[in-house]
This record gives sequence, C-alpha cells and structure tokens, in this order.
Amino acid sequence: MGPETSGRLPRAYLSAGTSSFTEFLGAAAPELLPGNLRLGAGAQPGGSLAESVPHGTTIVAAACAGGVVMAGDRRATAGSMIAQRDIEKVFRSDEFSCVGIAGVAGVGVDLVRLFQVELEHYEKIEGRALSLEGKANRLASMVRSNLGGAMQGLVVVPLFAGYDEERRIGRIFSYDVTGGRYEEHRYHAVGSGSVFARGSLKKLYADDMPVSEAITACMQAIYDAADDDSATGGPDVARHIYPVVVTVTADGFAQLSDDDVGGYAQAVIGERMERPDGPRAPLH
Amino acid sequence: MKDKADYARKAITRGRSGVVLEYDDGILFVAPNPSRALHKFSEIYDRIAFAAVGRYNEFEALRQAGVRYADLRGFQYDRQDVTARGLANWYAQTLGTIFTEQAKPLEVEIVVAEVGEATGENQIYRITFDGSVTDEHGFLAMGGQADQVAAALTERYSDGMSLPRAFGVAIAALSGQANGERKEITASQLEAAVLDRGRAHRAFRRLTGQRLEDLLAEAAGQAEGAGPSGEAGQPGDAGSSGEAGQPGDAGSSGAAG
Repeated sequence: MGPETSGRLPRAYLSAGTSSFTEFLGAAAPELLPGNLRLGAGAQPGGSLAESVPHGTTIVAAACAGGVVMAGDRRATAGSMIAQRDIEKVFRSDEFSCVGIAGVAGVGVDLVRLFQVELEHYEKIEGRALSLEGKANRLASMVRSNLGGAMQGLVVVPLFAGYDEERRIGRIFSYDVTGGRYEEHRYHAVGSGSVFARGSLKKLYADDMPVSEAITACMQAIYDAADDDSATGGPDVARHIYPVVVTVTADGFAQLSDDDVGGYAQAVIGERMERPDGPRAPLH
Repeated sequence: MKDKADYARKAITRGRSGVVLEYDDGILFVAPNPSRALHKFSEIYDRIAFAAVGRYNEFEALRQAGVRYADLRGFQYDRQDVTARGLANWYAQTLGTIFTEQAKPLEVEIVVAEVGEATGENQIYRITFDGSVTDEHGFLAMGGQADQVAAALTERYSDGMSLPRAFGVAIAALSGQANGERKEITASQLEAAVLDRGRAHRAFRRLTGQRLEDLLAEAAGQAEGAGPSGEAGQPGDAGSSGEAGQPGDAGSSGAAG
C-alpha cells in the first residue's frame, strides 16, 4: 500500500471478491496479523523465548445432548512461575461456536481476536454466517499461517467447537501446528494437561449426556489434569477462580456465570474430599 | 461540475425514497424494496448502520468498504473506538474526491447512523454524491421524492415514539409518494431494519416475517384511527382490517424471519 496522494479509499478496501477479514488485513495492514512476528535475526528457535513467554494449558470439550460444552483452566505459566492465575482461554467466536487456546497465551489471544473478527466480517459482507465447517477451516488456515512462529517456539493450538444448525448436534474440531484439522467425536482435550483430562473423560463420558452432566464431567477432567500437570490450574476456592465453562446449543453461545461454575466446582471438590481420586468407574 | 451534479441527482431521484427515523429505543430504517437479497440497509458495526439509495453496485462497494474500515479500526484499537463520525468523514473524502476527479460521479446518497446510549445521543450523517456531510436529527428522507416524503414526516414525527408508532409514521410518509395517491404497501415490498440500543453487542436487526407483518398491521390501524399528529387509535382493531393485500403472505413469510 503505497502513499495515497488523493483522498481515495486504498485499493484494498474496494477490491471485490474477498469476504475474508484476514486476507483484507494482509493487504491493508499486514503488520497486524498475528504470528507475523518480526523477531530479530538473532532469535533462537524454541528454547529461551518460549520459556519466558506465558503459556496456557488444558482445554476440554464434550459433545452432549443438544450441543457442546467447553471448559478451560485459568493458569498461565512462564517457565516454573505462574504468570497469571485467572487467564481466560475459552472464548465466544460467534453466536454458535467457541474456541479455546492452548500454548502461548499472547499469540493465542491475538489469534482468537482475529478469528472473531473474521467470522463477523464474513457475515456482514456476505449477509449470512459461515457454515460450521467453513469456520473450522478458516481457523485451520490461521493456525497454518502461524507455523513460522510455532517453529520458533511460539506454538498455539486451538480447540474449536460449535453447534451445527443443519445437523442439530454439537461438533468438536482439533488442530495441529501445521493447520491440520481433525473432527473429534464425543470429547477431546488439548494442552499440557490434556493427556490426564482425556483419561478422566474416557471413564466419565456418556453419549448424549445432558448439559449439566457434561459440565460436571469437564470439571472433573480439569481437576484431574490439574492434579497431575503443574501447568494446569485447578479451582482456586480461596479466590473464587474457577475454570471458564461455556455451552453452545441451539439457543446459541452461553458462558456460565462465576456463581454457576462455582456451584459445579464446589460439588466436585466436596466429593473429592471423600474420595480424592474422583468417582470410581465400575469395573464391568 | 453542474452537469455532474445534475446527473447524480437525477439518478437518485429516479429511485424510491427511504426514511430514517429516531424512535425511543433507537433508529428505524424503512424503504420500499421488492428484492429480498439486494439490501439498502445494512450493518456496519456494533452500533452503526449503513443506508443508501441510488445505483446498487456503487453503494454496495461503498458498504463493503465501510465494513472493512470499521472491522480494521475495531481490530487495531478497540470495538468502542469505531464511530459513525469517523466513517462518515471517510465516506465524504471518498465521494468528494471521486466527484471532482472522475468523469462520472457516484450516483449514490448514503446515510451512516449510530445508535447512542440514550435517546438524544444518536448520530445520523447524510453524505451526498459530492462528499457533503450533514448532521441530521430526528428523521430524514433520502432518494426518490425526498422533499415530499420529508414534508410528510415533518407533519407526523415526534420525539420518543414507540417502534410501532414510528413505523406507522414512516409508512404513512412513504405511501403518499406517487403523485399524492395512496398506495398500499405490503410486507413483501418493504425493507425495514432497526438499530436497537437494547440489544447486546450488535444493535442492527432486520425486521422481517411475522414481526414486519405485525408492525404493518399496527401502522394501518393507526392510519385509520388517527389524524396526522393525533394519538394512536386502537391497535387491537387493526389486525383484521389492515391487510388489504395478500393474506397468503402472513403464513409464508413467517419462515423467512
């Protein structure tokens, strides 16, 4: 975009044929694209930079009757220090979808912000919202475009979930750093605590469970992840800091209030006082 | 210059008028529009809407540019930093430059409106084909026989009307267009939208389907039961007598909403 001598709109604003905010941003203001980090020539891949920048971990999502639930813990770590106790990692991307981020918090939040604008922008330009698959694909290409940053240690891995208005079910999509997109059925977790969360959900999950049970299952999963992963935060009862829990159903996106999440958290904690490892699954 | 101005003005008056009116909860936009897909009123940002008359492909390009401008500004800074004033100035620059530098002016008239936190804090800007901006209050008519429609609005408008009442005023003003004879307007020939300050996040909403039918019915009731500046009559009675047109619309257009 060279210097504009007249007061005309720069060409990028008027060029027909793109409903993508990310493409427009690339033409009009590429320096604002996340992952387009102008790291110095001496930047070392991975290692020291990655450790000094806050990371976020353990997001779980579970499909349930009428939609999907997503929950994320509240801890951000930088090396061995807790960088933030109440970071939010699960966001509304639009009325019928949500996204959670694991990895470098700063880049992840930027990515989510861009994704939110991308979806809304498309809807305003085109006059209709993207399909759920379309949204999942757009997120995949954003993750792909961050590959350069990822190779320098600034990894961001999202978990995307939404309500599919045509099929009338909740659907979950996971990603890898190359932008590969994978549909997950039933439940999934990402982040450093995801291994433990997934093991927990494996025993607790049931198909078509009601929303409230899915929320409880997610709370149990995050509790178990925090139990075994130092980078995942469990519920902080003293400060009333609980996992962020959202639901997406035919009625749209909804985030549980602090009080509601607190209720679920207290119930789980109460039971853990009796049996610290959590509910025992029957052997047969 | 004068030729260009006449040329643009002619194109704009050739079309049909649209009205923009403030009401108690926000701003209402109404215009005759037989098309379901080609809109005159659109959302630009959370509290900002775009209205235009004239040549469709030209104002559609301006609309998209406006959405890009708003989304970029909101992304660069913050959502609350996007204002109708900024957008209006930007349009004024563009239209003004095109008017002076290009052989053919854009045959469009644009309104950028922003709903405020409270009644009286709304902002409505009209930008004409040559880049002039005016700050409007209360109501305006654009395109077609705008002067006639504006006169009809002046008679009927008052501050702080309810939405049904404001809708009635708009319809009454628009119906009187064609040489004074009153035309019946049906929902399928109308495009209507609001910027409703009560809505969370995105204030813009199109009025379609049953909602539009209901408003039309109430408007017809008011027209029968009241004079130009009188109080609304019995809206309840209007239901049966309002629809002189197609009864079939009421069932089928419900699905479109």
